[in-house]
Amino acid sequence: MENSRLDATFLALADPTRRAILARLAGGEASVTELAAPFAMSQPAISKHLKVLERAGLISVGHDAQRRPRRIEGRPLAEANEWLERYRAIWEQNFQRLDALLEELQHTPARRPARKRTKKRRTP
Amino acid sequence: MPMTIEKAKVTMPSDREVTVTRSFKAPRALVFRAYTEPKLIRRWLLGPPGWSMPTCEMDVRVGGNYRWRWRNDTDGKEFGFVGTFREVQAPSRLVHTESYDPGTVGDGYPSGGEALVTTTFAEEGGITTMTTVMDFGSKEVRDAAVKTGMTDGMEQSYQLLDGVLQEPGI
Repeated sequence: MENSRLDATFLALADPTRRAILARLAGGEASVTELAAPFAMSQPAISKHLKVLERAGLISVGHDAQRRPRRIEGRPLAEANEWLERYRAIWEQNFQRLDALLEELQHTPARRPARKRTKKRRTP
Repeated sequence: MPMTIEKAKVTMPSDREVTVTRSFKAPRALVFRAYTEPKLIRRWLLGPPGWSMPTCEMDVRVGGNYRWRWRNDTDGKEFGFVGTFREVQAPSRLVHTESYDPGTVGDGYPSGGEALVTTTFAEEGGITTMTTVMDFGSKEVRDAAVKTGMTDGMEQSYQLLDGVLQEPGI
């Protein structure tokens, strides 16, 4: 995924109103009027947010020419999530190696007399 | 009271920071050693498969320096991090600076951006929870460092993503 696209996704997600709109759309498509209803905002203000979401590819406009319902597009979200997951996964790989190392160290005879061998545990 | 975090958790607590949290089934004195002794660090701090850590120098005292370098096993290219310890309180707390060393990899990491990394080790019932907070000093540097241009509200965004991604049909 291109960085600029990811930037647009995260920028769009940085605003609480836009996140609320997405959360609403996650439950099903909705018209601008329906989306504006829960917010103390004018329709033009909501439309502005919708533009940002649309440019980021997070929402699209449905075929009904009258209602022009907005609906959520999952792919950019999935890609953004994937990036964070990759970052997390690198750490998790390190930590799993650290798990194994710590396990090994606890089962190696202690070098310091202060550490009691009786504390030795077995993993379940 | 610390919670047990069985899988690495990554959050963005502020505009400037990234936090990684994880629990380990070991006393914190041991986790602290694994985090500060070169011989032990090289066994786990390796990143994705295909990388080794040929250089790991640690002078763990206030004002002491460290140097980490990783090498790609396939093309032999290297990159790393260098920094200075600011606080050393074994076995509970470690604060050090962190600067990217582009080595032969280069990469688009922000040059001159020095992060401040604070790692705390909290033990409870034989479980040690390690929390690493990386403060990049500014939103700009952090965003460049993580290369995604992530903005404020990232954590909420992430939570939203979690929720949204569980919706059917996505």
